[in-house]
Amino acid sequence: MSDHTVRAYDKELEILGRKIAEMGGIAEKMLSDAMDALANFDLDLAEKTVASDPRLDILQRDIEEQAILTIARRQPMAVDLREIVAAIRVSGDLERVGDLAKNIAKRTLKIAAEPRIPRAIVGLKSMHEHAAMLLKDVLDAYAQRDAERARRVWTGDMQLDALEDSVFRDLLTFMMEDPRNISFCAHLLFCSKNIERIGDHSTNIAETVVYLVTGEPLPMDRPKGSSAFPSPQMV
Amino acid sequence: MNEIVSEAARKTAAGLAQKMGIKDLQFYYGETCALKNITLPFYANKVTALIGPSGCGKSTLLRVLNRMYDLYPKQRAEGEVLLDGVNILQPGQDLNLLRARVGMVFQKPTPFPMTIYDNIAFGIKLYEKVPKKELDDRVETALKSAALWSEVSNKLHTSGLSLSGGQQQRLCIARTIAIRPEVILFDEPCSALDPISTAKIEELIDELKEKYTIVIVTHNMQQAARVSEYTAFMYLGELIEFGETSRIFTLPEQPRTQNYITGRFG
Repeated sequence: MSDHTVRAYDKELEILGRKIAEMGGIAEKMLSDAMDALANFDLDLAEKTVASDPRLDILQRDIEEQAILTIARRQPMAVDLREIVAAIRVSGDLERVGDLAKNIAKRTLKIAAEPRIPRAIVGLKSMHEHAAMLLKDVLDAYAQRDAERARRVWTGDMQLDALEDSVFRDLLTFMMEDPRNISFCAHLLFCSKNIERIGDHSTNIAETVVYLVTGEPLPMDRPKGSSAFPSPQMV
Repeated sequence: MNEIVSEAARKTAAGLAQKMGIKDLQFYYGETCALKNITLPFYANKVTALIGPSGCGKSTLLRVLNRMYDLYPKQRAEGEVLLDGVNILQPGQDLNLLRARVGMVFQKPTPFPMTIYDNIAFGIKLYEKVPKKELDDRVETALKSAALWSEVSNKLHTSGLSLSGGQQQRLCIARTIAIRPEVILFDEPCSALDPISTAKIEELIDELKEKYTIVIVTHNMQQAARVSEYTAFMYLGELIEFGETSRIFTLPEQPRTQNYITGRFG
């Protein structure tokens, strides 16, 4: 698309885009660090993860402030308006992704003293792989304004829901096997929920990308992974 | 209606009455073709905004709607402009009657150099013979409809020129309303006004559409977005896009419309 007659306007939108990209990078890194810390019981890395969260919060606030200022000054229309609304929404989702990754890191610190069951973490790892892929894909879709790719993320979250169900069943089994596992596994249950929520935020971003590109919202109902147990959805 | 009138507009417009309509209109200033093949509806009791860069033909189009162009030699229109289904471009059209039915408010306030009362009574007396008492009522009603009554009721016999710019513009609107038109054309009515006077005129337009069909030409896109239900975007004498205002300003179909409303033009 051609540039605005007022070049400062282009610059403002460009800065917004750059800040979103920075947030995306931090959120992705926090997620992978949090999972590495959990898998390897790396407390230093867990603490480092927690420490990166404030930067994400500051960026989100910056984006919001700047978006509001641009609305006030430029009265954006059509694609520009969607661009700015999208920046506000995406930054909100990424800030939450950071919070959820931080939660996982905090639990890693908490369960450091508990007896460990490495095989209980296997399922979480595959959940994480899938969630990290969704997040990466949707951030790429946002950067490239690729509605088709965003739509694939939107439907791809279904598998993450299914994985969460299977992790839930595994963890229940470990808890039943030996009550001493309960505390550790209960913490992992929350971690799996956190990862599942990150998938939801990726689909939110996917919806925003489709809206940004096409101007049309996605349908209200997203395909969900089949659940034999309603309970994980309610944690 | 041609393909420019978007599908969305056609759907929602299905139940709307067309007060005026333009069909295959061409307009010439001498040899120069200023409007090319325009087809456009104006729905009853709706506000339609005409937007586009300078020289796109929007003011020309407005001037065709009450045949203002007839005042100038070498200007001619081809095609049809229908008012309640009757083509007003026909040679036999009574122009005075047409301009009473299709009133116009101009860019700069144009009060006559006479009292506030006479500014309004003058027009009425041109068209009708009205007893004094009724004339008083008509003047009062017009000033009230134009949201000016409370500001001028105690000085009706002072000069219209003594009013502020915003008040003068509302006086001109009152003068237009007093003749009981069916359609009101606004040609950049707020371009010479401050934001508060502008807001008053916009509020007035919102009220007036209950009784009249309104067409407004404006350079201010935010104003078009605020006051109108339908918007037509014109460029170089052509109608590029027509549709619901809510759609045109959020999701225009034509790239040229998008470029214009987002400030990316030229």
